[in-house]
Amino acid sequence: MVTTAPVRDTERARAAAAAVTDPELPMLTLADLGILRRVEIDGAGTVQVWITPTYSGCPALAEMRVDVDRAVRAAGFDAVEVRTELSPAWTTDWITDEGRRKLAEHGISPPGAAPRREAGPVPLTLLPTRTAPRCPLCRSADTEELSRFGATSCKSLHRCRSCLEPFEHVKEI
Amino acid sequence: MSGDNIFTGLVEEHQGDARWAFGTGFTDALAGVDTTLPAGVDGADLALYCQMLGDDALIQAQRLIDWVTDAPELEEEVALANIALDLLGQARLLLARAGQADGTGRDEDAFAYHRAPREFRNVHLAEAPRGDFARAVVTLLVLSSHRLALFTRLADSVDPVIAAIAAKGVNELAYHREYAVSWALRLGDGTDYSHERLAQAVADVWPLTGELFAAHPVETRLAGLNAAVDPVTVRDEVHAVLTQVLTEATLPAPGPFPEAAVAGREGRHTPGFTPLLDELQKVARENPEATW
Repeated sequence: MVTTAPVRDTERARAAAAAVTDPELPMLTLADLGILRRVEIDGAGTVQVWITPTYSGCPALAEMRVDVDRAVRAAGFDAVEVRTELSPAWTTDWITDEGRRKLAEHGISPPGAAPRREAGPVPLTLLPTRTAPRCPLCRSADTEELSRFGATSCKSLHRCRSCLEPFEHVKEI
Repeated sequence: MSGDNIFTGLVEEHQGDARWAFGTGFTDALAGVDTTLPAGVDGADLALYCQMLGDDALIQAQRLIDWVTDAPELEEEVALANIALDLLGQARLLLARAGQADGTGRDEDAFAYHRAPREFRNVHLAEAPRGDFARAVVTLLVLSSHRLALFTRLADSVDPVIAAIAAKGVNELAYHREYAVSWALRLGDGTDYSHERLAQAVADVWPLTGELFAAHPVETRLAGLNAAVDPVTVRDEVHAVLTQVLTEATLPAPGPFPEAAVAGREGRHTPGFTPLLDELQKVARENPEATW
């Protein structure tokens, strides 16, 4: 017999999964990051959670899968499956306003709008075209990029020319 | 009983933290992804094609991490390591796909750690010695331009898994190429000495470029089904990109890509490849039961 789990059970499972935090950006939950795609309970009572990787090689994904599994079990569900959803690819546009606020509050510059790609070849850029992010500490727009690649896949490294502090920026992707 | 061995005790007493010692236990990069083969596509062909794309990335990543602790500046080390990590991520997904497509159910580790040199399908440029920093820049410029051109088209593959991996990879590869371009311009249009080193790197890398556009029969067959991309079809686009970058870097416009036959895609590799694999596979060979 196929039974439909009560809506409140699904909501409880979703809330547990959504509250899990990113091990590398611990101020953000999976919901803030926009990587929690959906949560369902199947006929057998198994909670199925779909999450999507940020970068292909992001080592935090395996950690997040373990944490989701544990959090949903702790919410009272015995059977949990954490699944990967590859398509459509994650974009920083899915980071919520709440997530952006938390990033800035922790001194990390949130991403701007992700580049829109037309069909066909990715255009070659010979000059820096990206707008410099504002300093998350003093709000100055006078900043420079130190490195396009930072301590994690998703961040680049910058320095503020006004307050002279270095800061990280979540790269638009 | 937990007193039997220190690691058992670790697991029992700190259940939540055991993964720091033993890994997360999640090894299937494609868990929950629909893995049905598209109609008309031969599983063995698709598996081989996934190995070609996956091995290019895996072996290039292995060469790139030679730079860790050895790059000219910390920022460049971090950049090259990040690029290697993206490529490793692409390789994991593609090799996992290969194990599903050929019906063996082999996981990504079985492909990375338990194949012999002749079973690897990467092009020679991916395995070529790393050389100096200029050479690393030129190699990355060529390989990222080539892979970006392939992946842009593969995003429309009839194989939904390849299409998804490619669509995601395009965003990452665009960053890789941008990094290589920025350094090609700085070195080429820098001092006489840096200009000379970049010119030498181009001269060293160029003979290896022809193979990138030589089609293996599997690529041709799968391209006919819109599952793969015939590499010949990206040749002009990649050449135009490289010409534009090198000219802007004040180097002479490059000649045409040399004509070359399929080599690495058939499992034939250069003498430096076996030592590279010895290093890549060392831990897995010595500890066949290890998990991470």
